[in-house]
Amino acid sequence: MDTDIARFELLLQLGDNALILGHRLSEWSGDAPVLEEDVALTNIALDLIGQARFWLTAAGKAEGLGRSEDDLAYLRDARNWRNLHLAELPNGDFAKTMLRQYFFDTYHLLLLEGLAVGQDGEIAGIAGKAVREVRYHLRHSRGWVIRLGDGTEQSRARMQQALEDCAPCVPELFETDNCYRHLVECRIAPDVQALESEWQRQTRQVLDEATLEMPEIGHAMSGGRQGLHSEELGYLLAEMQFLQRAYPGLSW
Amino acid sequence: MSTESSNTVTAESVLELLDSVTDPEIPSVSIRDLGIVRSVEVDAAGSDTQVTVTISPTYSGCPATRVIEADVRDTIKRTGVGKVVVRQQLNPPWTTDWITESGRRCLREAGITPPACWASHPAASEADAECPRCGSRDTRLIAGFGSTPCKALWHCADCIEPFDYFKPH
Repeated sequence: MDTDIARFELLLQLGDNALILGHRLSEWSGDAPVLEEDVALTNIALDLIGQARFWLTAAGKAEGLGRSEDDLAYLRDARNWRNLHLAELPNGDFAKTMLRQYFFDTYHLLLLEGLAVGQDGEIAGIAGKAVREVRYHLRHSRGWVIRLGDGTEQSRARMQQALEDCAPCVPELFETDNCYRHLVECRIAPDVQALESEWQRQTRQVLDEATLEMPEIGHAMSGGRQGLHSEELGYLLAEMQFLQRAYPGLSW
Repeated sequence: MSTESSNTVTAESVLELLDSVTDPEIPSVSIRDLGIVRSVEVDAAGSDTQVTVTISPTYSGCPATRVIEADVRDTIKRTGVGKVVVRQQLNPPWTTDWITESGRRCLREAGITPPACWASHPAASEADAECPRCGSRDTRLIAGFGSTPCKALWHCADCIEPFDYFKPH
């Protein structure tokens, strides 16, 4: 396994998750239940899109074909995106957005903390910076999951439904491929099994506190890292990429 | 004229100049006081003096970063320096622990409470964020995210006013 190829794949995955989820959160702009949440969701979106810029710039460099962050963001079709299904999951109601965020933030922080102490200076640098931002994301989403879960009959029912909607996306978080395993061997990326058990431990604790139950997962989503996505990603890309597709090279 | 002034450029004189460059979203504090400036190098060997400024971006998505870079470039070029390079350094990541004492004072004067604890401290606690208006510690968090990526919104129970709080980062 070539380390350059494995690095490129990981950088794209990190950038794609951050950009797609950042875009999803930006869809709440001007539409959140209260002003403070509007500000919070758009701030988290801004952090994620900022992180995506660093990751995609690094990915373009690693690939060596001269593709910029913008080329990677605006000129790839759905089949070439490496993000997780969880990141592209439609917003739904506020409960679903927050539970999706909580699952992702918990995963994201554990992954970034591992990358930040890894052997690749460039990846560790971007990850170390993002860790400080993601801690605040997690604090926010965890707070809402507990408050809504352990809230009114209505808010608890919505949170439990959100769990049903998001749970099928969980196994994919901990899928690995040859590229990732190679990076673990090179001590660039953290071991997935340890990451998964820590994720399970933390989320179980929070769901308990929120009086919520993790449902049985029937059909699990899979293959986002290989470019297999739900139909929803196409709609998201159509909106996000519209200007560059309609007016190539447009800038302002 | 321009050659004359660029001849006198030193790392110290550039640093002094950067005291006048502020974060456009927090115009009361200079970028040096915010701990954004990592280093200044002056290369006067060639025919044209080149100044290289290395800065640490604050939050990954902060839109102020680009404006700061442009302001740094413009401010130095105005003194007649031919070439200015602004470099970003991510590692080690910027932290609010790098905000200077005078930076913290300027924040307070602008009605923004500086971080109540060291971000690097393992048992960091923000429970005692002080109201920048009345100094009360009877305060509480309203929202973890505020008007810019670096701030949260707090409320003072004594003067019954909301205030901005610069988050430990």
